[in-house]
Amino acid sequence: MAVHQNKKVVHEDLVKRLVSGDGMTSSEDRVRAFNNADLPAPLELLTEVATGAGHVTDGDIHRAKMAGFTEDQIFELVVCAAVGAATRQYESGLTALAHTRSNRQGG
Amino acid sequence: MRLDILNNGYGIGPRVLFKIIRLFSGHPVPDAAKLTFYRSDFYGNTMKTFTQLAMRGPSAWSIADRELMAAYVSKINESPFCIYTHSATAARAYHDPDKVEAVLAGLDSAPVDEPLKQTLHLVAKLTREGRVDDDDVRAVLSAGASPEQVEDALDVCFAFNTTARLANTFGFELLSPEGFEAGAKYLLKRGYR
Repeated sequence: MAVHQNKKVVHEDLVKRLVSGDGMTSSEDRVRAFNNADLPAPLELLTEVATGAGHVTDGDIHRAKMAGFTEDQIFELVVCAAVGAATRQYESGLTALAHTRSNRQGG
Repeated sequence: MRLDILNNGYGIGPRVLFKIIRLFSGHPVPDAAKLTFYRSDFYGNTMKTFTQLAMRGPSAWSIADRELMAAYVSKINESPFCIYTHSATAARAYHDPDKVEAVLAGLDSAPVDEPLKQTLHLVAKLTREGRVDDDDVRAVLSAGASPEQVEDALDVCFAFNTTARLANTFGFELLSPEGFEAGAKYLLKRGYR
């Protein structure tokens, strides 16, 4: 059980670090990237990351740079978008598993 | 990779390490590994800890099973770098490349046990649709997987739903077949630390 709990703690640490630790983008922008919500137009790249990263092109990165984002800022926001999308999937799976476990225990 | 900082932005420590690895293995350091060294306090250190626990920590799934899950999730994500990496690692861990190839070609007719097959269906649906419901999990439990195994599979799924997105967005460079084999050997010997 300890190992399972440990992984959840590490996942929480990761999310906390990404969205509220130091960075070259604001915490607010990282939260938006993580949630894939309220993103300004030059960052439509992040929606691609969240929903279909296989379709990201050199042009998407180029447009973000032309809009004034540095490579470090793009790095941070892409990582937040990727971890955010994967986290929503993860939480959906864990929630369904928790329901199933509690139904089993409830008989 | 598409960002120059991920190709050339490393400090002296990682640069020396990359050279040593190249010297001893004869192959460049895979981009997936390089990425974790870039501003490692931001993402790499914590993600490596998570991935090591998910892929090499205690579990009723074998290491080969978990590598197969990583390959299958990568297939759904259409991430060539991750498919090659983890199918090579799973094939080596099972000592059975045909089994891995069969799963990636068509899960329903592949020669894997029912608990693993249904678990792969679950992580595939989660990856493709972004969500699963209670009935999806019940189907896996009915096939004989334990709740702990489902949880472990979800951990693997998170790790590679993240990594595949980064691979496709940053443009991880494909290695030669020998390079992927060397990477598989390394992952089985040293893990994701």
